Amino acid sequence: MAKTIQTMLVVLLLGAIFSGTVLLSGCGSKKDKGPLIESDAPSMVYVEPGKYDEFYSFVSGGFSGQMSVYGLPSGRLFKVIPVFSQNPENGYGYTEETKPMLQTSKGFIPWDDSHHSELSMKDGVPDGRWVFINGNNTPRIARLDLKTFKTVEIIEIPNSAGNHSSPFTTSNSEYVVAGTRFSVPVENKDVPISSYKENFKGAISFIKVDQNSGDMKLAFQLITPPFDYDLSHAGKGPSDGWYFFSCYNTEMAHTLLEVNASQKDKDYILAINWKKIEELVAAGKGTDKACTYYHNKFDDKTHSATSEILKTVKTLSPEDVKGAMFYIPCPKSPHGADVDPTGEYIVGGGKLASVIPVFSFTKMKKAIEGNDFEGNVEGIPVLKYDAVLSGEVQKPGLGPLHTEFDDKGFAYTSCFVSSEIVKWNVATKEVVDRMPVYYSIGHLMIPGGDSRKPWGKYLVALNKITKDRFLPTGPELTQSAQLIDISGDKMKLILDFPTIGEPHYAQAIPADLVSKNSARIYKLEENSHPYAIKNEKDARVERKGTEVHVYMTAIRSHLTPDNIEGIKSGDVVYFHITNLEQDWDTPHGFAIMGNENSELLIMPGETCTIKWTAKEPGIYPFYCTDFCSALHQEMQGYLRVSGKDSNVPVSFSTGEKK
Amino acid sequence: MNMKKTSRISVLIISLALIAVYFLPVWEIELEAPQYPEGLGMNIWINKITGDLNTINGLNHYIGMKTIQPDSIKELTLMPYILGALILLGISVVIAGRKKLLLVWVIFFMMLGIAGGVDFYLWEYDYGHNLNPEAAIKIPGMSYQPPLIGSKQLANFTAYSIPDTGGIILIGAGIASLVIMLYDSRKWGRTKKRLINKNIN
Repeated sequence: MAKTIQTMLVVLLLGAIFSGTVLLSGCGSKKDKGPLIESDAPSMVYVEPGKYDEFYSFVSGGFSGQMSVYGLPSGRLFKVIPVFSQNPENGYGYTEETKPMLQTSKGFIPWDDSHHSELSMKDGVPDGRWVFINGNNTPRIARLDLKTFKTVEIIEIPNSAGNHSSPFTTSNSEYVVAGTRFSVPVENKDVPISSYKENFKGAISFIKVDQNSGDMKLAFQLITPPFDYDLSHAGKGPSDGWYFFSCYNTEMAHTLLEVNASQKDKDYILAINWKKIEELVAAGKGTDKACTYYHNKFDDKTHSATSEILKTVKTLSPEDVKGAMFYIPCPKSPHGADVDPTGEYIVGGGKLASVIPVFSFTKMKKAIEGNDFEGNVEGIPVLKYDAVLSGEVQKPGLGPLHTEFDDKGFAYTSCFVSSEIVKWNVATKEVVDRMPVYYSIGHLMIPGGDSRKPWGKYLVALNKITKDRFLPTGPELTQSAQLIDISGDKMKLILDFPTIGEPHYAQAIPADLVSKNSARIYKLEENSHPYAIKNEKDARVERKGTEVHVYMTAIRSHLTPDNIEGIKSGDVVYFHITNLEQDWDTPHGFAIMGNENSELLIMPGETCTIKWTAKEPGIYPFYCTDFCSALHQEMQGYLRVSGKDSNVPVSFSTGEKK
Repeated sequence: MNMKKTSRISVLIISLALIAVYFLPVWEIELEAPQYPEGLGMNIWINKITGDLNTINGLNHYIGMKTIQPDSIKELTLMPYILGALILLGISVVIAGRKKLLLVWVIFFMMLGIAGGVDFYLWEYDYGHNLNPEAAIKIPGMSYQPPLIGSKQLANFTAYSIPDTGGIILIGAGIASLVIMLYDSRKWGRTKKRLINKNIN
């Protein structure tokens, strides 16, 4: 009997150990996927139905070419704003009004790779008026108006290729910049690639921003040695008036850069005294060079974009701006060039470096005054590393890329290779906390974290690799961001959320700075579109040769006219549709069968035009695509196409025949 | 007979206060629906209608309600003159200081109030019942007459009909004019005494 009990106990014990092992190994595999979140995380990110998020976050759409708008802390997607890519969902880049926005000196470009969103600033703090974003592939900068959440301006950058260190702005958005990631010949020309060192140059463009209208104007370009300019930041406070650009490939390689541009222990951060250069330009320095670039602007009153083609740019050589540009040696192939909220420290993110160098603006000024240089590159003095260094963060992690700051004197650096965020003390350069992120973080973002006044509550990790973070969707996965609570001493992961494109960078701002200015409608009486009609009585169809203009109105729940006849095969028909609504959230859509074009999505008070070519004779239905009202499904009409030589007269009507 | 001094001053104040009605909306109709969390409002002034009139008209066409066109509402043309007459008569009362004239003024005021209410009700009745038979949305037995005052559910909308600032002044002035007339009358004291005696008995 005792033996039986003994045996049973042994069996039970073994069973317990076995199941315990299974449980433990289960925990183990769970642990590999990331730490269990803090128990209060759900309440920290939960935004009740009908309640609003604390922050707007403007996230780069990466290779979608667009910009997305998320709420923080919920991670909810509110809108994708089309910027550099066509968007059939609302007709951007398809309508006659918006096609000019995507015009460049290279023609109509339907796509780009957007990288860094940058909020406009006032006194070194984001002010919520505009957000800028760069197009990397066909170098451009766009400005989005945060009253309408629309792209209102795109300027092309000549002599540039791979507009990467862009559009970072100054403390009062006097400028946005565009440093070229590929050096290319200035006045692009046919030269052997092997003549890189002689013929290629790195252009850094300064685009002046009008303080009232926001209009951008290419002010001047600095023509520097053929390095690859990566990222940038303007100084602030004491360092206001300066820009800092990181660069790699100071080896000046033009092939197999992964090896050939990774040879030197130190590359550079280029410090530029832009206020001094402004004076030099005003004093007549520089050369006007021929080039071609587009400047496209969208007008809220005509609801139309126009393109201006510009033909010259002022360029300045290092000789022209002597005493205004200096290279700071920086280990190794630096990515971020980030300025802390006080404006005193410049942090280099040497992605192949084993330390994070922190430079002192005061020491830099002193070294410049003392002519304490170790040499020069094509006339640009090179400062001594030790003379400018404030200190190094030791053992930060592998592949430090980008740094932002909180409001308590801490810096947060993303480390791509070791897939983690490192928190360190700016004054002492000591690492105080670190946390893994999933996976391989690129940039990180703290609301206002590159400004004078960070709102240091959340940090968003913008990751490059997603793998198993979400339910799988075949080989092509969503992109991924992670929200981290940084209000305490220890960072806490509180949310994962998917993003569109590749979230290269983002910026965030307290919601009320933007929401209070958000437009609800366009005023019909202010609509000065040349094809707008403000009354159904003015609806009509006009023929001009083989071109037909339909002046149409949309209001719940009918289109006027909704019966159109007299169109012939081969006619090019322009539907100019005015949404007569003046009520909040009452857009109307428009689509016609077989259109080799997009739909229209017309906001209240707006006029949009879509082009349609009539091909085969027949009946072509059209309708409202945005569910607008109880009788939305009835909001439809017919267009009759007759043969080329038919004599059906142009006629149009709604309800009673006119 | 002559009026008391306090009565004359009070009539002056009321008459002057009525001038404000030219510059303030008299009545407000507020509509709320699930898809209109921000509400839709219509403010009736003595000479115009403001607010979300276009939106309300746009929605009303589904149920076949007539378009509200301020230009075709004759009351909006007449009311400024009627109000002017009321104010001028009030000032004449102050100058003349005669009790009989006060009585005329108060009766005129009261009649205007009643006529205004009746007219508004008929107007609402007409808009609420006189519907286009070709309307897209027809609910059997349903009419869309907003309440004279208070709230009422009309299909998906809750309609509120309430006096606006100008209306509050008008109503207040009307009540005040009645009180002045009673106060100015000698009978006021006697009536009170009689009531008191009655209560004691």
